[in-house]
Amino acid sequence: MKALAIAKKDVLVYYLKGPVVIFGILLPIFLFLAFWIGRHLQLNFLIAGLIAMTVFFSSTSVSPVIAPWEGQMRTLERLLTYPIDVKTVVLGDVIASSIFGILLTTIPIAIAFALGLSINPLIAIGVIISAICFSSLGLLFSAYPSNIPATVMMISALVRFPMIFISGIFIPLNKLPEFGKVLAYLSPLTYFTDISRFCLGLRTFFPVYLDFTILITYTLLFFILSVKLHERALLRRL
Amino acid sequence: MECELVSQKRDMLFLFFLNITGGRSELAIKAKNLEKSFDGKKVLNDISFSVKKGEVFGYLGPNGAGKTTTVRILTGLIKPDRGEVFVCGRNVSKEPVKVREKIGILPEVSNVYPDLTAWQNLMLASQLYGLEKKVAEKRGEKLLKEFGIYGVKNSKVKTFSKGMKQKLMFCMALISEPEVIFLDEPTSGLDVASARMLREKILEMKDLGTTVFLTSHNMSEVDVLCDKVAIIKGGKIIAKDTPDGIKELVGGSVAVEVKFENGFGNGVELSKLRGKKAGDRYVIYTTDPNETICQIVEFAKKKRVRIISINTRSPSLEDAFLKILGEIV
Repeated sequence: MKALAIAKKDVLVYYLKGPVVIFGILLPIFLFLAFWIGRHLQLNFLIAGLIAMTVFFSSTSVSPVIAPWEGQMRTLERLLTYPIDVKTVVLGDVIASSIFGILLTTIPIAIAFALGLSINPLIAIGVIISAICFSSLGLLFSAYPSNIPATVMMISALVRFPMIFISGIFIPLNKLPEFGKVLAYLSPLTYFTDISRFCLGLRTFFPVYLDFTILITYTLLFFILSVKLHERALLRRL
Repeated sequence: MECELVSQKRDMLFLFFLNITGGRSELAIKAKNLEKSFDGKKVLNDISFSVKKGEVFGYLGPNGAGKTTTVRILTGLIKPDRGEVFVCGRNVSKEPVKVREKIGILPEVSNVYPDLTAWQNLMLASQLYGLEKKVAEKRGEKLLKEFGIYGVKNSKVKTFSKGMKQKLMFCMALISEPEVIFLDEPTSGLDVASARMLREKILEMKDLGTTVFLTSHNMSEVDVLCDKVAIIKGGKIIAKDTPDGIKELVGGSVAVEVKFENGFGNGVELSKLRGKKAGDRYVIYTTDPNETICQIVEFAKKKRVRIISINTRSPSLEDAFLKILGEIV
């Protein structure tokens, strides 16, 4: 309940801003167009990639900068003096970020329907789990105790952008070189991209149950790590 | 050595008493041998004090003395390196969330969410205290009316003045009807009317039995509000008493205030009498006011200047505070 109150605060203060929403929608579309134009790829292959990119970028767009913003605006100490622990704060941030990611991902899914593509309903579960996973990953970026949002954004960009190139979105995993495959196995985005492909009727690289298992494992790992690291970092922001 | 043993026995008895009474005690706050270092620098050194229920306790000290660190430890925000704190009968290090359910906090370095309205900020506070919606709305409406900001409850806080923000933060600290409230520099930077209003609220809270832990730089405020005062310097408590008791520590020193016609120069000659300029007057601290007044009159005659006014007064808490800190002789 207290985590929901924090999530509501995050949505009102950080997510319901015109530039945040517009950037969240436009960035994956621009990246998608950059790779689509001039290449002859299957439509469902591209849409599967667009869904994966949207959930990934939108879920990791704001969550990394909430803690540095709160530190900079001096609202953090006020927040931490309520009867809540760091786990509740992290959970609230993850909930808000996940809702944002899920809502924005409905756009490429709607586009897929509009283009007459059929989608397996399993995509809904995949989007929800991956939104939570990527939101937790986003919070890991802000575990570095800096109150300057630009610093955290730089750390976040250094991880986020390479991830989309190694996760099978634009180049299928079976076409990656061996070292690329090793990197792809480490990326949680690889497993959601695989689920997305499955839901759009394409061949997958891993069995879908394995994709879900690994994605859930990453989600738990990122969330627990976020809580542990923020327990140290939040107080150093005061 | 004997005193230390007595003190240790007393602390053990306190802890034993807490255990057998399930935490019920006449003490609202008990801090015992607190120590805290940051980057190898000791910020708090063997801090011990207790605050009775319903008491207003003033915690004074110069900038960087360790006041905010103490408040952060008392409210469970940070843990001490050594020592223990009990607030409302609970060990703060072991049960910080449970302790914070019973206390209200107005931190010095904090802000409200500028993009939320006053009402949204207040309701957020109530939800984080776990209050029921109806109870929260009723209390919130009452508090905003009492603090005179009900009319702007739906305005975003970014349009508020500092005084209005401080009043809102006060409301947020009071929404849970806390047993103990921590106020870190509550009137700092406020205009006279807002500061007076907040002081009246603190007295009202006291009347209702709320324990108040107050840090402030405003000595007249502390003098009026506090039952007990502790002075901290360099991380150590150097004096602990009632405001009157603290004043007595100055040891019979009297302030002689004199005002000369036309302000009379820079008062270089008066420095022999250890005078300090304070506005358009000179203040001289002395243990022999009769001798000092004679010297002033002689000085005025010699320089052919008129004395507009001369009076003596007992040392204020501010005088005592400065003397204890060693900043005046």
